[in-house]
Amino acid sequence: MAYSAKVMEHFKSPRNVGEMADPSGVGKVGNPVCGDIMELYIKVEGDTIVDAKFQTFGCGAAIATSSMVTEMVKGKKIDEALTISNAMVAEALGGLPPIKMHCSVLAEEALKSAITDYYTKKSA
Amino acid sequence: MGRIYMDNNATTPVRPEVAEAMMEMLKGCYGNPSTLYCIGQEAHVALGHARDIIAGIIGATPDEVVFTSGGTESDNLAIFGVARAMKKKGNHIITTKIEHHAVLNTCKALEREGWSVTYLPVDDQGILDPASVERAITDTTVLISVMHANNEIGTIQPIAEIGKIAKARKIIFHTDAVQSFAKLPTNVDELGVDLMSTSSHKIYGPKGVGFLYVRKGTKILPMLFGGHQERSLRPGTENVPGIVGFGRAAELMHAEAEEEEARLRKMRDRLWEGIHATVPHIRLHGHPEKRLAGTINVGFEFVEGESLILRLDEYGICVASGSACTSDVLEPSHVLSAIGIPPEGAHGALRISLGRENTEDDVDRLLDALPKVVEDLRSFSPLYKEYMREKKAAG
Repeated sequence: MAYSAKVMEHFKSPRNVGEMADPSGVGKVGNPVCGDIMELYIKVEGDTIVDAKFQTFGCGAAIATSSMVTEMVKGKKIDEALTISNAMVAEALGGLPPIKMHCSVLAEEALKSAITDYYTKKSA
Repeated sequence: MGRIYMDNNATTPVRPEVAEAMMEMLKGCYGNPSTLYCIGQEAHVALGHARDIIAGIIGATPDEVVFTSGGTESDNLAIFGVARAMKKKGNHIITTKIEHHAVLNTCKALEREGWSVTYLPVDDQGILDPASVERAITDTTVLISVMHANNEIGTIQPIAEIGKIAKARKIIFHTDAVQSFAKLPTNVDELGVDLMSTSSHKIYGPKGVGFLYVRKGTKILPMLFGGHQERSLRPGTENVPGIVGFGRAAELMHAEAEEEEARLRKMRDRLWEGIHATVPHIRLHGHPEKRLAGTINVGFEFVEGESLILRLDEYGICVASGSACTSDVLEPSHVLSAIGIPPEGAHGALRISLGRENTEDDVDRLLDALPKVVEDLRSFSPLYKEYMREKKAAG
């Protein structure tokens, strides 16, 4: 197993790390038993995701996919953000080892879960 | 800043003296040891010399030393070999839950062929109770296999006590001594073993060579068939440069074992005290005393082991999160599970295994890097945030 240079770069200097003060939506996926937990925060203005942040417990791939997915959604309209798939996250990172593909799935799920949370809050 | 290698339970760097001995064989002594002309005989003599050295270290006769390709093959030969030879006597094997996969998966393969295997539990410090071995013995038990020192947590098992039980009950006893051979006393009579597996690359020798000690009279059949080499128990032209290197490595390691053990133990204990003093929310996995001198397996709460390793690698420090053989597997370590560490705890485990090239300066560098790395990873760990929040709420 070896990580791509892009994965290592995002692992070493993860973007958008930290908690968000007043998020529009939060997505929390994974569990400690599996060894990965991702929390993704989004800030929505109008129909655009203007900011995204994350906190992650997990391996190098989990941290890199979290970092990458937050980069990918920033500035995107919600409709566009919903089209981001795990394969797109993995591809943007120059690929992931097969055994680590589940990390990209987690990133996609975290994003969708944050968007769902945003809609739930909005309609409440 | 140079690289610091602290993963000596995974493998070790080949010592210059060993490389030199091997190079001599590679360059000038290519003869087949089974041939009669001079260059074949030179190889034959070199092979015999390595065998004598090793037999001397373990208190065996040279013909009880069977060279193999390493620890995995030795374990396989011991277990399959005895199973094949003893199948008319019984179909039950006793082993432990914390064995290396070379033993565990061999036992599982036999289970698929109808064998019955008892995997004994260990206590929360990783030690096997010899009385549990005694209790597990049945009329059909033909083999007991218990590792000497564990590769992940370093715990050392009471092999001699188990050996006495095995002898009294006339059951063949194998120990996987891959992590202990030439480092700890491994006299086969003192340990009371009939079979013992070892590997060269854990003691600064080359990869691809090991041996299985086979006590005279032990019922065992080969897995490979061919020529008469290694008393036909392991046919095939001998890996002469590898075996010569192994012999030299064993000779050197054995000569300095006590001194090196004391040096490593001192460094290891200082390292543990330093980690304990600077990093909160940690725990030592394994036995505090009955442990390999250079091994520390420590669990860091709220962070994941692979991230720790990759972060430490940025400081030029090489350590492991568990066994090197399981780094491609996502399940938490079976050894940590066996000592009662929950999966979420096992994910944050780091194995530091010191070796002869490590110095006190290396310990200082790790002690400098580790708190920073853990703090950094915890700073964005949702588990840590949750913990802090709960702590705050509890006042």
